[in-house]
Parts: sequence; structure tokens; C-alpha cells
Amino acid sequence: MTVSKIDLDQADAGFKKELMSQPGGEMISACFMCRTCVASCPISAVNDRFHPLRIIRMALYGLKHEVLRSEFIWLCSSCYACQERCPQGVSITEFMTLLKNLAVKEGHMPTGIRAQLDLVKGQGRIYPLDDFDNKKRGKVGLPPLPTSCDVVQKLFPAEVEDKGPSGRG
Amino acid sequence: MRYALFLGCTIPARSRNYELSARHVAGKLGIELVDVEEFACCGFPIKASDRKASELMAAYNLSLAEKRGLDLLTLCSSCSSALTEAAHSLETGGALRGHVNDALARVGLHYQGRARVRHFARVLFEEVGAEKIAQYLERDLKGLKVAVHYGCHYLKPSEIYDRFDSVEIPETIETLVALTGAEVVDYPGKKLCCGGPVLPVDEKVAMAVAKEKLDNIVDAGADAMCLVCPFCSVMYDGNQKSIESEYQKSYRLPVLYLTQILGLAMGFDRKALGLNMNVVKTKELLAPFFGKGSA
Repeated sequence: MTVSKIDLDQADAGFKKELMSQPGGEMISACFMCRTCVASCPISAVNDRFHPLRIIRMALYGLKHEVLRSEFIWLCSSCYACQERCPQGVSITEFMTLLKNLAVKEGHMPTGIRAQLDLVKGQGRIYPLDDFDNKKRGKVGLPPLPTSCDVVQKLFPAEVEDKGPSGRG
Repeated sequence: MRYALFLGCTIPARSRNYELSARHVAGKLGIELVDVEEFACCGFPIKASDRKASELMAAYNLSLAEKRGLDLLTLCSSCSSALTEAAHSLETGGALRGHVNDALARVGLHYQGRARVRHFARVLFEEVGAEKIAQYLERDLKGLKVAVHYGCHYLKPSEIYDRFDSVEIPETIETLVALTGAEVVDYPGKKLCCGGPVLPVDEKVAMAVAKEKLDNIVDAGADAMCLVCPFCSVMYDGNQKSIESEYQKSYRLPVLYLTQILGLAMGFDRKALGLNMNVVKTKELLAPFFGKGSA
């Protein structure tokens, strides 16, 4: 991976504290750069755009915008291989989730992730079922399932409206 | 043994073969599965974008089972982890619990934390047990070479699952497969992820991850793969053809659910196990185990 020049003037000194006060971020400053996470990562193995150690360092340096606007944080498959092995107890997978959640709050998320969020909050399922699905289910002897889920509107009342720019595609 | 059957999103829409075979295997073993119509998404697909909303979805489902005095039996590993993780967070997080119960009150529910979550494979291993399962096996699957893919969220994060199986040297699923007489084939990278969660972000990266495992399994000489998660099936069965054309490879590796393998050994026919719904054809592979003229 080519490392671009890091401009610390752009760093946000409060970012580390912000992260350490939230679930997943508590232990990030304990990282001593052993690279066990990188060595365990199935994504890093096939694609050098994703590098968990580098993301942790960038976050610790306060490179908030570079991290939260990046595409690479979304490449974490949340497989927990790194987290299970981290000798310093950093909850790396949960930390990646924290970064993704913060990115979404700033209006950045891939289209596919956005689509899943809208489906779950709007229809209660990522694969909403219709009568045709139930017909196919019935054919093999499976019971029918509801084709609508009104409960999500009550669970997420304020969230149905648009939340601003959907970010990259 | 009685459980609320939690299907999630992917199984009822895209993995009816898993659902069908699981229901048959459970029935044979005397496990009663109760359908709860109101169950919705477990919350896993939205954890990356909105963790709080994900936990609320999980708590909604958990409280539905709790209301009926039932534990949840899951077939999907992602559902298992989302539901178990939320239960774990709600046990320790007072503030989160308040937030969740405020929202649940709007739909007439309340979360107390009484329902347990168990993946079917874990139930088979821990609660039914190898000895009892063996009594129900009629067909010897000798000659079938199976590579087991544990996937990630069946076992991890380990702290929420009370470490019921080792993350580094897992054995539960292989033990169950071995009961059938099939040969369990070990292979490099057994614990690696299928790549599925990256599919909505970058299809090529997801496919590259899945390809690694298909290569390793075929090289190890297995003639089928065994799964316990429909997400993994999307990668290995559903997308196997795309991976083959992307990398100019030919795997033609049948991908079976654990419940299809156990069901096969229990004497069920192709139809009952939904084997016609597997994307990579299984007919040739399994022909030796079905009598002449069977479907």
C-alpha cells in the first residue's frame, strides 16, 4: 500500500478521546503495532486497501476526516479474526463498527449499506417477502410468512425521513 | 425440547433448502420449533451503519420470544451473533436497556433478558448430543469427503458465546459431520471468513476472499463443503459460478448445509432436504446414497 503524506496540521486532537469514550474504542491506545491483526485479516490477504493497523494509527493521530470519509473502513468484513487474537485486548472489529457508525453520522456510507439500512428500517427485512415467495414456500411445505412488517415504523418513528447525502456509490 | 425458530431475512427468501432440511432434522430428533410470525430482521445488516438501531431490532425479536417463554433457535450465524451480542450488551448496559425498553413500549413489548439464543448446530452438539443423534442415523455416508466451513459468527466474538467451541481449533460441526460416516477433510484457512459482509461494499473483494477457500478445499480433495450459515451459502453456492468465471476456474463443488448432511444420513429423500434448490448440483455426488429411482 502506498502511504500518502500525513498532514498533522489537519489532525483533530480530540478524535482519539472521542473514540476512546465509545464502545469499541476503549482500548485503541494500547495498540503496540505488532501486526497480528493484519496477519489474521482475510481482507488484507487479498486487498491491500484494507489494513487494520494503519486505520488504528490514523485514528490515534487524529486523522478524523481521512478515516471517516474513506472507503477502506467499509472493507472490514467483521469476521473478528483480528479481535480474537489481539494481544493488547483492542476490540478491533467493534472499533471498525464504531468508525463506520461515525462515518454514517457524517453522511458517508456505501450505497449497498444504505440500501440495507433503508430496507430494515422501512420494511423490517433485507429481503422483504411477497405472495410469490409464500407460494414457493407453500410448494415445498413451508409455512407462509407475513409480507409486511408495520412494527418498524413504530420502532424508528423519526428515522423514516431522509438523512441527507447518501455518500459514495 | 422446544424453541422459537428464528429464520431471519435470508433463509425464508433465499435458503429454503436450509429451512426445510432443518425443520425435518429437528422433527426427527423431537425438537419442537415454534414459528413466531412477528419476527423481523435480527439487526445484523444494519450494525455497521447504526449500531443502536441494530440492537433495538435484536431486542425486539428477543422480547417476542421471551413473551412466549421460549429460547431462540437460529439457523443463520449472523442472526446468532446479532441477537447474542445485543443480549450481552443489554445485560451490562443500563442506559442501553432504558433506551431499548422505551422504544419497545411503543409496540407493547418489554425486554427482560430471559430468552437464550442458540444456533441449531450448537443445540445439536450440546443439548441433543452425538450419542442421541447417532441413534437416528440410517444411511452411512462413507465415501463422502466433506470440508467444514465454520464461518465467523457461529463462534465469534467468543466472549458472547461462553466459548462453547474453540475459535482457533473448532470441533463441534466436524464432530457432527463425522457421525454420518462421511470423511471430514481438513484444509488450510479453515477458519477464514467467506467475505459475505463485504458483498454490498465491494463485490470483487468479497469474491476474492471466497475464492481463496474454494481453492484450498478443492486442493485438499474434498468433494463437498458443509455450512451452517445462509450468508456463507450466498458466497460459496450462489456465487460459485461468478467466481469461476471471474478467475477462469472450475470448482463445481457442491455446498451442503449441515442439516442436509445429517438429514441425508437420517434417511430423508432429496425433496425433503431441498437438495434440488442447491445452486451447484448435488445429484451426481449424492447418487450413491439414494436408492435407484429416488427423486
